[in-house]
Amino acid sequence: MKRRDFLKHAAVFVSGVSVSLSALELIDPKEVLAANPDLRWGFLVDTYKCVGCGFCVKGCKIENDIPLEANVTRTWVERYVMTKNGEVLMDSPRGAQDGYTSKLIDHGASGKKLASDKEIAQAFFVPKLCNQCSTPACVQVCPVGATYQTADGVVLVDRKWCIGCGYCIMGCPYGVRFFHPVEHVADKCTFCYHRISNGKTTACVQACAFGARQIGNLRDPNDPVAKVVMKQRVGVLRDEYGTKPNVYYIGLNEEVR
Amino acid sequence: MKKHVWRPLWVVVVLVVIILLARWVYVPADFGVQDRGYTFGYHRLGNEKEWQAQTPRYQGNNYCADCHEEQTARLAGGSHLDFPCENCHSAAGEHPTKPEKLAIDRSRALCLRCHVKLFMPSSGRNTIPGIDPERHNGTGDCVDCHNPHKPNLEEM
Ligand code: HEC
Ligand code: HEC
Ligand code: HEC
Ligand code: HEC
Repeated sequence: MKRRDFLKHAAVFVSGVSVSLSALELIDPKEVLAANPDLRWGFLVDTYKCVGCGFCVKGCKIENDIPLEANVTRTWVERYVMTKNGEVLMDSPRGAQDGYTSKLIDHGASGKKLASDKEIAQAFFVPKLCNQCSTPACVQVCPVGATYQTADGVVLVDRKWCIGCGYCIMGCPYGVRFFHPVEHVADKCTFCYHRISNGKTTACVQACAFGARQIGNLRDPNDPVAKVVMKQRVGVLRDEYGTKPNVYYIGLNEEVR
Repeated sequence: MKKHVWRPLWVVVVLVVIILLARWVYVPADFGVQDRGYTFGYHRLGNEKEWQAQTPRYQGNNYCADCHEEQTARLAGGSHLDFPCENCHSAAGEHPTKPEKLAIDRSRALCLRCHVKLFMPSSGRNTIPGIDPERHNGTGDCVDCHNPHKPNLEEM
């Protein structure tokens, strides 16, 4: 065979095989359906409304049995203070479970900082929780199939199956996972799966007296959360990681990480 | 084939059978690839039900309304209007069966979560009447002077 013929045949063969293989891959109706169910939980945070009282954090911990005295939490609130000369100060003492009652900003080892009212350009609170990503990095790294995503988009941990290796805790770009001090397994926000699956709202949404937190169905065009996500300017955290987060923020800016 | 080849081979075969048997016993039938595919949905299906079956603790304000009409009415008619009762009284659970009474927190810390004056432009905090906890009426309980359910100043 001539060299030229060989290359030609090889090219035809390879493209033919790859086309038929990809055709096989495409037609799995179950997977196509699963990718578009009529329920997909999403979350909306309005940072303008948050007052930093921390009742959401306390409510979450009590609802979900995370000891108040342990310095881990499924949701937390961060305070951002931007000064007029461009400095960004940020803290979240104990996840803000007792709120913010001091002007001093806790910078851990480097001590506490005070920005006087005159210096402050803008200051606000940012509640954080699990983003229930559409392509969750934490699920992919689990070696035993203990963490997974449900059809309606919530990432859960099987406490009987988790071996506590901690890969998922390292794998999450948002740092929302932690080691449960009592159960000794990986733990994370479940969007209060026991509540939302039974017609209730999450503990944190219910605890918020200011409407800063909302949960809804992103697939329902009449859902208040879905409407805002579709029609208003909202942002997500750390888009560049490609995990496709489903917690949307109103009033996010680039200093918030 | 020679004996020295067969012997280790048998050991391997037996080991594989034992491992498969153990796996068959240990791994529940509902473990496998579920709705979200192999990458995101490889799990024990029963665990979703376990999470759903957890009992909620927070009941919401409607739950309290029938038995504590007075407080409910006061709250709804004042400037703390739709505050969740359970933020200040902790989760109701099965109250009034278990626990029989809910906690009453008269501490200054409870109110200060929202009422310490912080300068937070571009946040809701700036819209709440703020006080300086060091200066505002010493160390007495806030609720000695203010009604927690209806703190409106004109009613003091
Ligand atoms: C089925 C009726 C019922 C419901 C519903 C109910 N309570 Fe009660 N609550 C009671 C009774 C009865 C007591 C005991 C009163 C007593 O001993 O003085 C009580 C006591 C309390 C107390 C302590 C009062 C005191 O003087 O020590 C608080 C606080 C309280 N309830 C808050 C709530 C809240 C908040 C809710 C809603 C989440 C709620 N209750 C729902 C019946 C109810
Ligand atoms: C801002 C926090 C806060 C909220 C919200 C709140 N309470 Fe209270 N509640 C208190 C405090 C503080 C006391 C103790 C008042 C005192 O000792 O003078 C109290 C007392 C009570 C008592 C004891 C009887 C009394 O009036 O002193 C009951 C019952 C009660 N609350 C029920 C409710 C119910 C029901 C709701 C929701 C409709 C509610 N509370 C919302 C803070 C709150
Ligand atoms: C000795 C009684 C007393 C105590 C204790 C007290 N206050 Fe007051 N408070 C008042 C009076 C009187 C006013 C109205 C006059 C004023 O603005 O000082 C007031 C006003 C306020 C206002 C409205 C301020 C404004 O600018 O509209 C807030 C908010 C407030 N108090 C919160 C608290 C909190 C929170 C505590 C507990 C940390 C507390 N108070 C303790 C008597 C008291
Ligand atoms: C979750 C946050 C929050 C907590 C906790 C809270 N408050 Fe308030 N309080 C508010 C807000 C918001 C307002 C103003 C509502 C408005 O716009 O009129 C307010 C208003 C007030 C006022 C002024 C009322 C007026 O008519 O000007 C007083 C006094 C007050 N609160 C006292 C208290 C006391 C005492 C407590 C503790 C028992 C407390 N608050 C706990 C959020 C809070």
